[in-house]
Amino acid sequence: MKRRTFLGAAITGIGVSLIGKAGADQPPIKIGMSMPLTGGLAGGGKPSLLGIEIWRDDINAKGGMLGRKVELVVYDDKSSAAESPAIYSKLLDIDKVDLLFAPYGTVPTAPIMPLVKQRGMVLIGNFSFQVNSKIHHDMWFNNAPWGPADAWASAFLDIGQKAGGKTMALLSADQEFAQNLAKTAREVAGKRNLPIVFDQAYPPNTVEFSSIIRALSAAKPDIVYVASYPPDSAGILRAVSEIGVGDNVKLFGGGMVGLQFGPVMAKMGSLLNGVVNFNTWLPEPGMYYDGTKAFFDEYSKRAVPAKVDPLGFYLAPFGYASGQLIAAAVTATKSLDQKAIAKYLHESEVKTIVGPIAFSADGERKETATLQAQFQGIVDNNIDQFKKPGKQVILFPEKLKSGNLITPFEAARK
Amino acid sequence: MDLLLEAVVTGVLLGCFYAAVSIGLSVSFGLLDVPQVAHPAFLVMASYGVFFLNDTYDIDPLLSGVLITPLLFVFGLLAYRLYYETFERRGTDAAVRGIAFFFGVAFIIEVLLIMYFGVDQHSVSASYIGRSWRFGGMRIPLRLMVAFGVATGLTLLLSVYLSRTFMGRAIRAVAQDEEAVRLMGANPVHIKQWAFGIATAVLGVAGALLIIVSPVDPTLDRAYIGRTFCVVVMAGLGSMTGTLIAAIILGVAETIVLTLFGASWAPAISFALLLGVLAVRPQGLLGRR
Repeated sequence: MKRRTFLGAAITGIGVSLIGKAGADQPPIKIGMSMPLTGGLAGGGKPSLLGIEIWRDDINAKGGMLGRKVELVVYDDKSSAAESPAIYSKLLDIDKVDLLFAPYGTVPTAPIMPLVKQRGMVLIGNFSFQVNSKIHHDMWFNNAPWGPADAWASAFLDIGQKAGGKTMALLSADQEFAQNLAKTAREVAGKRNLPIVFDQAYPPNTVEFSSIIRALSAAKPDIVYVASYPPDSAGILRAVSEIGVGDNVKLFGGGMVGLQFGPVMAKMGSLLNGVVNFNTWLPEPGMYYDGTKAFFDEYSKRAVPAKVDPLGFYLAPFGYASGQLIAAAVTATKSLDQKAIAKYLHESEVKTIVGPIAFSADGERKETATLQAQFQGIVDNNIDQFKKPGKQVILFPEKLKSGNLITPFEAARK
Repeated sequence: MDLLLEAVVTGVLLGCFYAAVSIGLSVSFGLLDVPQVAHPAFLVMASYGVFFLNDTYDIDPLLSGVLITPLLFVFGLLAYRLYYETFERRGTDAAVRGIAFFFGVAFIIEVLLIMYFGVDQHSVSASYIGRSWRFGGMRIPLRLMVAFGVATGLTLLLSVYLSRTFMGRAIRAVAQDEEAVRLMGANPVHIKQWAFGIATAVLGVAGALLIIVSPVDPTLDRAYIGRTFCVVVMAGLGSMTGTLIAAIILGVAETIVLTLFGASWAPAISFALLLGVLAVRPQGLLGRR
């Protein structure tokens, strides 16, 4: 009896090891992407990639997808629209990747859309804005919480109008992302008969913003909607602090990229007070889902040695969620078939660490989950303060609201 | 009218900042004829040095700029020696190959900064950042006032050095006729190396101004390459006073356009002015024929 048990155990052991070996011998599932690891968008690209890498390690620890390990194939696109198309051609034709993630940002993503559509590949977008509005690729799924195109501007202008705003100024960077935001803001303002008293696009590489802020202030707007990119947002706020924007401004901010990044926020300190700006995730009540806390615990450990944003609120959890989206689809369909994956993502709601995600026909969120939050009570040179609730009070969406607007802007700055 | 006056005042201050970041190039490119396209990368590197001292030891940014000046001087000496040995000494197309050399150096600096400091923007803390000075109805950013003071001081210092000291006059002599200097028994390479060291050393304070005026990231050098060369060529190659004047003209023109006509036109201004000046005075504002 004992000998039979031993033989049985031995045969089972050999069988299991053979199956295990077969699983280990299977090639990994390759997920290809470019990422801005240098250049102007790198401050976002690096934490985004770290979020995706944490997901890869988690899923591989659980045995991978379809019994195969997950491998990331990543190239630096230098934040350039000129680099990304060649990289995606290489990913498809030479690296033969199985799945595609988009780079962080609108600028490097927009030029790869025709190629990805032509090849019939699913593309998990990474915080681009309106890149699919003209291409209409039915396998595009944006991980960002933007939702309908006008939701962003509508939320900001709602808050401004409720605060008594009757006129609006629009200051935007002269590049694709900011111009898309500015365009929707103009359309929303037009529908609401909100006069735009100042509308300027400043060129990239603008060094000094005090002249622009002076001209903006002279137009005496009630609401100031700013669509700026990371290098400029800090310059604009410095100029606002020095020159002032006028006592009649009730709401300032809206679309300032950069004020979500830990090092920038820590350096700007009290200059941030009063600014109402978009965000994607904040440590406020109601923002924690299954796995959110564990993710940030792991991210905090890995961010400092990797020299990336130690907070990582804005992009990193959405990088992780990109992985969760694709894992849910691959696991449910039990295949890497692009059409089957796309069908699943169109029809299903996927639970992620940034909340449940469901897509509309254009591959954007069915409902916007973009936050508008006001910086309140910020002190200088303290990055840890941003980890506590109450420092960026959520004003929109209503169901996540965690505080009230302080207005006018000059009062909120004190 | 108030807006115009404020635009002119801010323009003068901004122009002084442009002069401070261009004056080193006026020595290396204007006087020595070295195609120093890595000048803005050296400038950004100096800014990171200032950031390091300010962030780690809480030293005032301007004082930090002064403290790193000797290191930059030595770095400049070594960089020129490397350029001379590998390119300038070897042939007539040295200028073209020199551009490739300095482009390479600029990329290496950029990558090293990314590896050490990361890709995020960095800025410094000082009592004069984020505050303004009220003058009548005007509010002038204090950090631009600092730039004004430092730039005029630097210009004055370099002008005096180049015209009143023995080494300064030797540098001018090399710029005018290298062969004649050699016939006088002096070694023009040593003089040029010294001058290149000075051109790099002044970037200590200029780098401090750069990070005082706006946050820096490792790729910021690309934003300054056009502007700095524009100022130096418009000034007249090698003219320190011309550099200050050209930079102020550029600053005033930019701020007037930004304030009164719209921001989109501003980038065209520097090159439109450059073309205009070169059409009338091919040698630049204060350059000699």
